[in-house]
Amino acid sequence: MVLTTTESMIIILAIAMGTFLTRLIPFILFPANKKTPEFVDYLGSVLPFAVMGMLVVYCLKGMDFLDYPYGIAEAAAVLFVVAIHKWKHNTLLSIGGGTVLYMFLVQAVFK
Amino acid sequence: MKHHSDSKAAALKAAFPHTIPVMLGYIFLGTAFGILLGSKGYSFVWAIVMSFGIYAGSMQFVSIGILTSPFDLASAVLLTLSVNARHIFYGLSMIEKFKKMGRMKPYMIFSLTDETYSLLCSVEAPEGVDERRFYFFISLMNQFYWVLGSAIGGIAGSVFQFDSTGIDFAMTALFVVIFVEQWEKNKNHLPAMTGVISGIVCILIFGKGKFIIPAMLVIFLILSFFRRYMEDSAGKKNPAGADKKTEGHHGSYND
Repeated sequence: MVLTTTESMIIILAIAMGTFLTRLIPFILFPANKKTPEFVDYLGSVLPFAVMGMLVVYCLKGMDFLDYPYGIAEAAAVLFVVAIHKWKHNTLLSIGGGTVLYMFLVQAVFK
Repeated sequence: MKHHSDSKAAALKAAFPHTIPVMLGYIFLGTAFGILLGSKGYSFVWAIVMSFGIYAGSMQFVSIGILTSPFDLASAVLLTLSVNARHIFYGLSMIEKFKKMGRMKPYMIFSLTDETYSLLCSVEAPEGVDERRFYFFISLMNQFYWVLGSAIGGIAGSVFQFDSTGIDFAMTALFVVIFVEQWEKNKNHLPAMTGVISGIVCILIFGKGKFIIPAMLVIFLILSFFRRYMEDSAGKKNPAGADKKTEGHHGSYND
């Protein structure tokens, strides 16, 4: 351990409080007893779609198209998840199948 | 309410299936966190405390870096605020939904991770199930999985050796599934496309490590300025359930 126990506890407490603050801010700005501005309601209704798109991109940011294996494993696994989910609409099958396929690809095929 | 335990059990039973994908992802990722923290000389108790009190996946991995550097409180706080700034946007979608959460509200706010957010956006309580408890149990179970994973990783550490390379794809797959569900539910695909394209463009401009905040700002600006193109033409103004006024919808994302 680089830090002492006390130092570690202070750092963890600060990170915990900072994290909670980022989650709390919108609820302080727009308290429950006041009518939320209509524009904020609108944002709340469209943001989930945009954020989910961005989170997918975020998860795939490690893909490297220029060097071997050119992100083939990620692309194949994502396409698999999309296809099987559109077909079966079974969340567990889509996620489990996609993860197993991806692990097989990165561990056994594109080593 | 008279039937406290009945209503609780019903909400728990209805909520559990929705959390299974997060359970898989969180137990694996939590384990990875516990193992990594353990390898830096912090026992499993630290992993449990952090997963209990911080409860933010990517931030906890960043914390390991902070804990293994010289003591610097100011930059720890700054790093925390920048890594977690995206939470501010999540809260905006939950203001209406959390209004009715009563004394569970502080915990709902505290536990609003990426994955919990994505579930709360996309699932609705089945008919006859207490909606507040349903949401609360989703949040609570998700954190339970995360703490459990961290404990497993911290305790097991180097005892079990297995190649878990690629197991973190479970999280990616979860987001892809929710993306597909939302795509099918909402006729207007512009908000979803805005997110994908903003993400890609900002990675190209700002790099992989720093694109989240610029991307969120770009998304915010595009959604604000092109509002009339973004709203669902079918008249369903709240397709994500962000402002659900009616109760008892039977829809769910894995039916």
